[in-house]
Amino acid sequence: MFRFIARRLLETIPVLLVIITATFFMIRFVPGGPFTAEKAVTPEILRNLEAHYGLDQPLHRQYFNYLGDLLRGDLGPSFKYANRTVNEIIFDKLPVSLELGAWSLLVALCLGLPLGTIAAIRRNSFLDYLCSGFGMVGICIPTFVMGPLLALLFGIHLQWVNVSGWYGPADRILPALTLGFVYAAYVARLTRGGMLEVLNQDYIRTARSKGASELRVIFKHALRGGLLPVVSFLGPAIAGILTGSFVIETIFQIPGLGREFVQSAFNRDYTLVLGTVILYATLIIFLNLVVDVVQVWLNPKLKFE
Amino acid sequence: MLQPFLRLLPLILAALLVAGCGKKAATDDSGAKILHVGNGTEVQDLDPQVVTGVPENKVINAIFEGLVIEGPNGTDTAPGVAERWETSSDGLVWTFHLRADARWSNGDPLTAHDFVRSYQRILTPSLAAEYAYKLHHVVGAEAYNKGELTDFSQVGFKATDDRTLQITLKHRAPFLLEAMKHYSWFPIHIPTVEKFDGLTRKGSRWTRAENMVGNGAFVLRDWRPNQKIVVTRSPTYWDRANVKLDQIHFYPIESMDTEERMFRTGQLHKTNELPISKIDAYKRDYPENYRQDLYYGSYFYRLNVTRPPLNDVRVRRALALSIDREQLVAQVTRGGQQPAYHFTPPSADYTPTARITMDVAEARRLLAEAGFPEGRGFPKIELLYNTSENHRVIAEAIQQMWRRNLGVDIGLRNEEWKVYLDSQDELNYHICRAGWIADYTDPNTFKDMWVTGGGNNDTGWSSAEYDRLVRASMETNNDEERFAIYQQMEKLLMEELPVIPIYFYTRVYAISPKVLNWVQNPLDNRSWKYIDLAD
Amino acid sequence: MAATLSPAQLPSADLSPSDLEAGSSLWRDAWHRLAKNKLAVFGGVTLLVLALVCIVGPWLSPYGYEEQNLNNTFAPPGAAHWLGTDQLGRDLLVRLMVGGRISIMVGLIATSVALTIGVIYGAVAGFFGGKTDSVMMRIVDIMYALPFTIFVILLMVFFGRHIWLLFFAIGAVEWLTMARIVRGQIMSIKKMEFIEAARSLGLGKRRIIFRHMIPNILGPIIVYTTLTIPAIMLLEAFLSFLGLGVQPPMSSWGTLIKDGAEKMEEYPWLLLFPGTIFSLTLFSLNFLGDGLRDALDVRAAKD
Repeated sequence: MFRFIARRLLETIPVLLVIITATFFMIRFVPGGPFTAEKAVTPEILRNLEAHYGLDQPLHRQYFNYLGDLLRGDLGPSFKYANRTVNEIIFDKLPVSLELGAWSLLVALCLGLPLGTIAAIRRNSFLDYLCSGFGMVGICIPTFVMGPLLALLFGIHLQWVNVSGWYGPADRILPALTLGFVYAAYVARLTRGGMLEVLNQDYIRTARSKGASELRVIFKHALRGGLLPVVSFLGPAIAGILTGSFVIETIFQIPGLGREFVQSAFNRDYTLVLGTVILYATLIIFLNLVVDVVQVWLNPKLKFE
Repeated sequence: MLQPFLRLLPLILAALLVAGCGKKAATDDSGAKILHVGNGTEVQDLDPQVVTGVPENKVINAIFEGLVIEGPNGTDTAPGVAERWETSSDGLVWTFHLRADARWSNGDPLTAHDFVRSYQRILTPSLAAEYAYKLHHVVGAEAYNKGELTDFSQVGFKATDDRTLQITLKHRAPFLLEAMKHYSWFPIHIPTVEKFDGLTRKGSRWTRAENMVGNGAFVLRDWRPNQKIVVTRSPTYWDRANVKLDQIHFYPIESMDTEERMFRTGQLHKTNELPISKIDAYKRDYPENYRQDLYYGSYFYRLNVTRPPLNDVRVRRALALSIDREQLVAQVTRGGQQPAYHFTPPSADYTPTARITMDVAEARRLLAEAGFPEGRGFPKIELLYNTSENHRVIAEAIQQMWRRNLGVDIGLRNEEWKVYLDSQDELNYHICRAGWIADYTDPNTFKDMWVTGGGNNDTGWSSAEYDRLVRASMETNNDEERFAIYQQMEKLLMEELPVIPIYFYTRVYAISPKVLNWVQNPLDNRSWKYIDLAD
Repeated sequence: MAATLSPAQLPSADLSPSDLEAGSSLWRDAWHRLAKNKLAVFGGVTLLVLALVCIVGPWLSPYGYEEQNLNNTFAPPGAAHWLGTDQLGRDLLVRLMVGGRISIMVGLIATSVALTIGVIYGAVAGFFGGKTDSVMMRIVDIMYALPFTIFVILLMVFFGRHIWLLFFAIGAVEWLTMARIVRGQIMSIKKMEFIEAARSLGLGKRRIIFRHMIPNILGPIIVYTTLTIPAIMLLEAFLSFLGLGVQPPMSSWGTLIKDGAEKMEEYPWLLLFPGTIFSLTLFSLNFLGDGLRDALDVRAAKD
C-alpha cells in the first residue's frame, strides 16, 4: 500500500504541472485583463501598470518566473487586492471555508447516510418514501433559494440567529445547513442506491443465512460495499465543500475562499486564479487518492494496482 | 409525496407577514455612537493613490481629507486641510493656505510639502497609479506621469512655505475644487509609505490597520477582508470637536438581498443599494426608510457608427425616437430615475436644451427613408449588455419597444463584465449598454469623452466640429461662455446620436431615520464628520 | 417489487454465453416489472405530461413568452394570467412552458453526453486498471481542477455562442464524477465469479464490459444520472450568466428560479410555480429512476 501511495504522490507532480500550465495560458487568452476598467486608463498608464506587475515581459518568461516563485512557495501579489499577496488571501480565508465545509459535511453525512440506509432497508415502504423525499429537499431547492429562505425564517421571522455574518458560533448554523442539505441529498440517494446493490449480493445472503443479526449484516457487510458510490462521489465533493461556496458565502456574508474562486476569474486576477486553482487541484488529487485507498479498504477483493 | 415547496409555503407566507416587524436599530452596549453601513464590494486597498472604486471612496473619505471637502448641505464646498484659497485672474494659478492645526493621525503636522510629495508619488510612472490622470490639468503633470519629464520641480506644484501650496494649471479648470474632492488629490503620509517601501510600489503594507497613518476625521482600526472595516474617531483631527460618531463599521456586502435583510433586522443603519423588487414595498410600507437620491450619471446605449445599418444617422435616430423612457423608469427601473432626453444630466448651473423625445411616427418615417420600411430587411443586429438582472430587464423592455414601434428585431447578447468591456473597447458590438458617472460635479466630465479617439468614446464616432468645441471650451475664460459651448456640443451629440440616452441615475437605498444629517449629494460623496446618530 | 423471474434470465456462471446474452427478453421483463411499479409509472407519466404541456402549451396560450405588458407588471395569479406575470408583465405560465422546453432539452442532451462519456471512460479505466487507469484518472483530476468559468469564456471566444457549445461545456464537467463512480463500481465487480466466468469463456473485452459489467452496475449509474439532471438544469442558468446558451427574452427553469429567488418575498409566485414544477420533475425522475433500477436489478429477483 505504501508503494501505491508513494507512486501516486509522485504522479501528482506532473499532474499539477499540467494544471498550472494550462490555467496559466488559458487565462491569458480570455478577453479583458486585470486592468480593464469601465473608465479606460490611458495607454501610458496601462504600460506602466503592466511593467509594474511584470506583464510586459514575454509570456514564456512570465511563466517560468511564476514557476520559480512557486517553487519558493510564493504565489505572487494579487492584482485586484493591491496590498495583499495570494498567499495571505488563501491563508486568511481558507480556515473559514474549512470550518464551514466541516460543519456542512457533518450535516451532509449525519443526514444523508442514515436516511439513505433506512430507505434502502425499508425499500419501497412509506419510510423509504419519507426518507428519500426528505433527501430530495436539498436537490429540489437550490442553495440560492434555500439560503434566503432559512435566513428569512430563522433570522427575520423567528429572530433566532443573525441573517448573515460570520462572528459567533450561531452564525455557522444557517450556512452549514444550506450547504449541508445539498450534499445530504446526494449522499442519501447514493447510499440508498449503493445499499440496494449490495443487499442482494451473495455474500450478504450468506451472512444472513449464517444467522448474523440484521444490524450486523448492515453495518459489517452491507455498508461497506454500499458506500462505494458515496465514497467515489465524496472525493471531489469534499474538495468542493472545503474550498468554499460562492453562493453561500455571498448570501451569508462569509469571508471564505469560495468567493475568490469565482471573483478572481471575473477580475482576471491572474495570480489569484492560479493560487486557488493550485489549492483546489492539490485537494482533488489528495482526496481522490484517499478515495482509492478507502475503496480498497471497503472491498478487500481489490488490490492496490 | 410531499412537495417540499408546498411544505415551505406557510413559512414563506409567515415570513412575508412579519417582514419588517423587527425594525430595530443596531444596539450597542457601550452607548457609543456606532454607525453600521453597507459598502458594496470589498475594497481593493485603502491607498488613495492606488484604488479606483466607489466602496474605497467611502472609507478613504473617513480616514483622509483633501484640501477642500463637501459641505454639510451636500452641494457646496467647505474648507478641508486648506482654510482658504485664491485664484489668479487668469484662473491658472491656485494658492491654498493650509490650516495651522492640520495633523496626521500620528501627531505629525500636515504641511504643504506633504501635498507636493504626495502628488509626486501619484505621478511617478513606476507606481502606475490608474487615477494619476486626474491631476493632468496641472502644468507638467502629464509629462512627468508619462516619464517625459523627470524633474518634479518643473511640475506645477509648489510649497512656497509650510502652509502655502501653489498649483499652476496648464489650462483653465473652473471645476478644480470639485475635482479636488476626489481621493486622488488627497495627501498621504510619505514617511509611513516610505517605511513600508511603498513609494514607487503598490501593495506595500502601509495601508494595513496597524500601520495606517491618515489625516481624516476617523482612523482605521480594523480591516477584516470581506467582513468589515472599522474606523474610530481621530484624536488628532483638526475639527475633532465637531465629529459626531464614535465609530463607523463598513460592511462589504455584495448581495443586495443580504444587505436588505441585515437592514431589516437592525444589523445595518444604511444599505448601499436596494433591490428593485423591494422598492414598491418600501415606498408603501416604510417610506421613512426609503431614499432615492439623484446621482450625477447617465445610463445610455452606445451605437457603433462604423457598422451598418447604424452608420446611417436616420437609423440611429429612429431607434432613439422609439423608446418610451417614461414608461421604462416608471415600470421597469422603478427607482425614481429621470427619463433622459439628452446625454448630460441636468445640474444646478447647466441643463442641456437639446432634446430627443419619443416620436414613433417620425421614427418610422426615418427608418423607411433609410431603406427599412416597417423594419423590413433590417439586418440582424444585437444589443450587448453586461450580465446583470437590471440591465437585462431594461434591454428586454427596449427590445420590445423597438419591435413594436419599428418592427425591427434586435437580438440580446449578454457578456461577463470584462469580456463586455473588451467587446466595447474593440467596437465588437452593434448597440451596447453603458453608464457614465461623473468624476466631479461639472458637465465637463460628460463632454470631453466624445472627442475623436477618446479612450472612453468607444463608438467610432468622430466629429471635427465637436473636437473644435472641446478645445474651445477649455480655452474660454468664463463659465457662461463655456456652458454655451456645451449647449452646442450637446446639440451636435443629439443630432448625430452616437449614443441613445435612456435615463439619469438615482441611488436607491434604505436608511434608518436615526441617521441624522444624511444629505443628498450628486456623487454620493460626503464628509462623515457631519453624520450623527439619534439615540 | 415481487416480480417473478425465470431462471433463464439470471446471469450466472453455469450458463452458456448465448444464454448470458439473452438480452431482449431481459429488457422485456424489465419493462413488465417497471409497468407494475406504481410510483415509477406515476413518475414516467408525470414526466411525459410535463414534456407534452411544455411542447404544446405555448401554442395554446394567448400570450407569447416574450410578450410584455408594462402596465401589468408583477400581477399575482388570476383569471387572465393563471400563474401571474413577471417584472415586465409577461405571462409566467407560458414562460414556464417555454422554459421547460429548454431545460428538458438541456437536461436530456447534456445528461446523455455526460452519461455516455462518464460510463465508457470509467468502465474502461476500471476494467483495464494499472497504467491505463492511472493515466485516465489523472486526466480526470486535471479536468476537475481547471477553472470552469475561464474554460467556458474561452470556449465562447473560439467557437461562438452556439447552443451545442452549451451541451459540450456542461458535458465536459458533469461526466467526471460519473466516471469516478463507474470506475469504482467496475473495479469492485471485476473479480466476481460471473465476470471471471465470462473471461474464462473467452469473451471479448468490449463484450464483457458492455454486456456483463455495465448492466450489473446500472443501479448507481441510474441514481447518479437522476442527480445529474437537476445539477445540469441549474448549471445552465450559470452559463447563461456567462453569456452561453439561453439568451433573454427566452427563459429556462434555471433562470426563472434564479429570478424568482430574488423576488420571493414580494412576488412569491415567481418562485413558487417554477420551483414546484422543477421539484415535481425531479421527484418524477427519481421515481422513474428507482423503478428502472429495481426493474433492471436482476439479482433482486432471487428474494
